[in-house]
Amino acid sequence: MTGSLDYTSEQDPMTSAPTNGQGENQPVPSRVRIQTGPPAPVTVPETGVTGPTISESFQPPPQLVFDAQGIGIFYGAKQALTDVTLGIRHGQITALIGPSGCGKTTFLRSLNRMNDTVPGFRIEGQILYHGHDVYGSNVDRVEVRRRIGMVFQKPNPFPKSIYDNIAWAPRNLGLKKGLDERVETALRGAALWDEVKDRLKDSALGLSGGQQQRLCIARAIAIEPDVLLLDEPASALDPIATAAIEDLMHSLKGRFTIVIVTHNMQQAARVADRTAFFSLETSGEKPTGTLIEVDETAKIFAEPRDPRTRDYVSGRFG
Amino acid sequence: MSDSRIPDPSAPLTPSGNLRRRQIFSRLTEVGATGAAVLAVGVLIVVIYTIVSRGAPAISFDFLFKGYPDGVGPMILGTFVIVAVSTAMAAPVGVLIALFLTEYAGSRGAGPLRLTLDLINGLPSIILGLFVFNLLVNHKGTSGFAGAIALAIIEVPLIARGAQEVLLLVPKALREASDALGVARWRSVLTVVLPTAMGGIVTATVLAVARAVGETAPLILTDFIFDPKKFSLNIFGEIPNAPVWIFKLSEEGTEKGYQEAWGLSLVLIVFILVASLGARALLGRSKRKLSS
Repeated sequence: MTGSLDYTSEQDPMTSAPTNGQGENQPVPSRVRIQTGPPAPVTVPETGVTGPTISESFQPPPQLVFDAQGIGIFYGAKQALTDVTLGIRHGQITALIGPSGCGKTTFLRSLNRMNDTVPGFRIEGQILYHGHDVYGSNVDRVEVRRRIGMVFQKPNPFPKSIYDNIAWAPRNLGLKKGLDERVETALRGAALWDEVKDRLKDSALGLSGGQQQRLCIARAIAIEPDVLLLDEPASALDPIATAAIEDLMHSLKGRFTIVIVTHNMQQAARVADRTAFFSLETSGEKPTGTLIEVDETAKIFAEPRDPRTRDYVSGRFG
Repeated sequence: MSDSRIPDPSAPLTPSGNLRRRQIFSRLTEVGATGAAVLAVGVLIVVIYTIVSRGAPAISFDFLFKGYPDGVGPMILGTFVIVAVSTAMAAPVGVLIALFLTEYAGSRGAGPLRLTLDLINGLPSIILGLFVFNLLVNHKGTSGFAGAIALAIIEVPLIARGAQEVLLLVPKALREASDALGVARWRSVLTVVLPTAMGGIVTATVLAVARAVGETAPLILTDFIFDPKKFSLNIFGEIPNAPVWIFKLSEEGTEKGYQEAWGLSLVLIVFILVASLGARALLGRSKRKLSS
């Protein structure tokens, strides 16, 4: 990325207070400073460490980008999601898996307030983004989406040229300096540059489905968001295009925090650091979606704690 | 009796029971419907044939481009000026109304507004003419501008409804895409939604123009005194215009008057036909572009 990319400007002093309640006051020696992510806000003075001695095996607490607490979501009288508590860790890929209708997409879209315009939408609980309530009273949802980008199930390029698709948002957000460079960086970031560099002025609608989806990802990263939300980004694509998208996710990891909804369990196993399993549960009178289990991806697929997770990942669901 | 309703499975597969009667009724309905359709097309053909056969002899260079008594040039020019001014007023308002309907109004606000537009569209144009006559002409004098106002009132609902139809065709996914990029709504509307729908909006406007060109009643009340010899571009004064001139020519009761009335009618109808057909082709193209 170019020198102008500065994630720290989007960071907030409040990040320095880890929201998971652990190790708040523990000084962290500089040699185990968090390597991924922005210049660590959790730094401590290099000298004058007076806290308890820390053993070699100390793991810094995961830095949470999202901290969702007790999320319930309603569409009118219908409850779509019940009591989801889930932390999304910085710089990692978190996959949300589960059967249709279990509220994965609903949860994803509530992270950047894309559900706001759905009639009857109501949310319970609290979603903290770097410590700030996403649904707080003085929060502007346009600003939320500026920092939390989203890519949808079906590729949705604008009916404009390839170049203008990428340049549109930066132009409208006032990032007009070095626009050509920014477009190239975004297209390279989305592994699309070599395929389109000779036809940037052509319509984006002439690209193949997989190329269109990578264009949409390029469009999302062109404004340097903090988080990328991917809603089944490969479900409309063939296996080769899907592989390209998965490679892309690996290359974007670390630079962006990624949350991906997928129906494809192999995909979750291939790309995600952590996996959250959602399912439909009938606790009240009607079934609603809820979070069953979240853990390291390897654990979810090899030794899940919950029998429902085991049934689902082994294909015995339903 | 009930036995006869259950056909014998081994009987030949020819109509049985009341099927014969139902088939006759079905055929009659088909003939009636086809006849009505043919009648509609026939009326249009007869009207156009009459106008062409009676109007064509009047058409000449002098007729089109010179003033009274040689031709009707000032009237043609004046009609274009009046319609241009009225469209310049009606198009922005109509498009903004359509944007309000599709982008900002909830279903509660959109319903009554759509009904209002349809009611304005249904108002007899003579009533609109009378309204503008009282507002701008009475005690003040006729003007092309008064006529343009009346025509604009006719055009607004046509443009608004037409533009709204196309705006609804703009995929929701495009709005979601721009929302998800953290760009304010009005910028999305201006730079993504409107350009995508532009073909259809232009079409709706052209159709409204075609309608306004032929509206006679409002002009008879607002811009009916003019000098047919003088080419005029002054919208705030009297401007010669075609619909009123057709009316006056046919009131003369002379052979030449009738022939010129038909000639001018031919000019108008050719313009309307070309505009409408062109607009529809344009609309079809932009709809295909949107749905692909």
